[in-house]
Amino acid sequence: MSKFRKKGKKSQPAVNTAALPDIVFMLLFFFMVTTVMRETSLKVVNKIPSATEVAKLEKKSLVSYIYIGKPIAALEDAFGSAPRIQLNDAFASKEDILLFVENEKLDRSEQERNKITWSLKVDKNTKMGIVTDVKQELRKADALKLNYSSKATDNIAN
Amino acid sequence: MAKREISEINAGSMADIAFLLLIFFLVTTTMDTDTGLIRRLPAIPDEPQIDPPPIKKRNIFEVLVNANDQLLVEGEYMQITELRAKAKEFIKSSPNFPSVVDVTNASNPGLPEFKSEEVPVFGTMLLSKQIVSLQNDNGTSYNMYVKVQNELVAAYNELRNEFALQKFGKTYTELVQQSKGSEAIKEKMRAVKKVYPQRISEAEPKKIGGDE
Repeated sequence: MSKFRKKGKKSQPAVNTAALPDIVFMLLFFFMVTTVMRETSLKVVNKIPSATEVAKLEKKSLVSYIYIGKPIAALEDAFGSAPRIQLNDAFASKEDILLFVENEKLDRSEQERNKITWSLKVDKNTKMGIVTDVKQELRKADALKLNYSSKATDNIAN
Repeated sequence: MAKREISEINAGSMADIAFLLLIFFLVTTTMDTDTGLIRRLPAIPDEPQIDPPPIKKRNIFEVLVNANDQLLVEGEYMQITELRAKAKEFIKSSPNFPSVVDVTNASNPGLPEFKSEEVPVFGTMLLSKQIVSLQNDNGTSYNMYVKVQNELVAAYNELRNEFALQKFGKTYTELVQQSKGSEAIKEKMRAVKKVYPQRISEAEPKKIGGDE
């Protein structure tokens, strides 16, 4: 009996939590360094298609995005439901692409300008008409390296 | 002098503050890398070509997609699932390729001709004159367009893999992965690429059916 009483009397020492802030700070710094803030807010519906032969885009800093799709539900009253082009944060017409390409090129250093990949994030229900127009504009602007953004999948037959 | 004891600052809530910041960055962070089909557009020629060099019809693999997302391949109605095998057959152009002797490929009149060319590792070789031509309508859905592009790229990739496996015992994908370190592997990779060059040409679109 005395054995048990002895154990009950001596309470276990509390776990030392002094190192907890250090661990949390470590995680914090990791996320602070790796985080990339979303620079654009999407104004178009963007469900990208899937494909089997996708490749990863290596350098994020060398990718510029062009979004195409219907305006999102909240903006449908103001902009209608015809597919639109979104560059940076605003809707644009296809004539704006030339200027957009030039601005994106100016943002990069001189030797990187020809290595920019233009990632087309197009909603899969969009018709090809607007996409073809964009492609023609990109050709005129000498922006030839394209990426048809799509998700990886095993089977495309559906 | 009275000795006043300075009490230690309570650091107990430091963890809470750090947690708060941590959660903020956890939520705002985006780690998705973009994936997709990488293609190159043709540059706009400086002066309009008056007389484009003629290409024999047998060397062109014609793929048409209409506004209803239906496929016409070499004049034949086809499902998207059949396209890959058909394209592979065409690109390879002879069942006993790469050991063909007949440049005109007379025994397979529906498939492209060959021409003699210098290939890095193998020396002079007969290569298929294949070109894939893709034409879509303005009313074609983007989903279908990507599917067709995907199947055509897949056909090339599969042929390259099969060829590399037969010649070097490694698939083309493996060669690409290992090519960074070794010049010899890079040379092999270039050879395979030269044997099956990706020639997907997109014709100017036509506006026939369907709204934009």
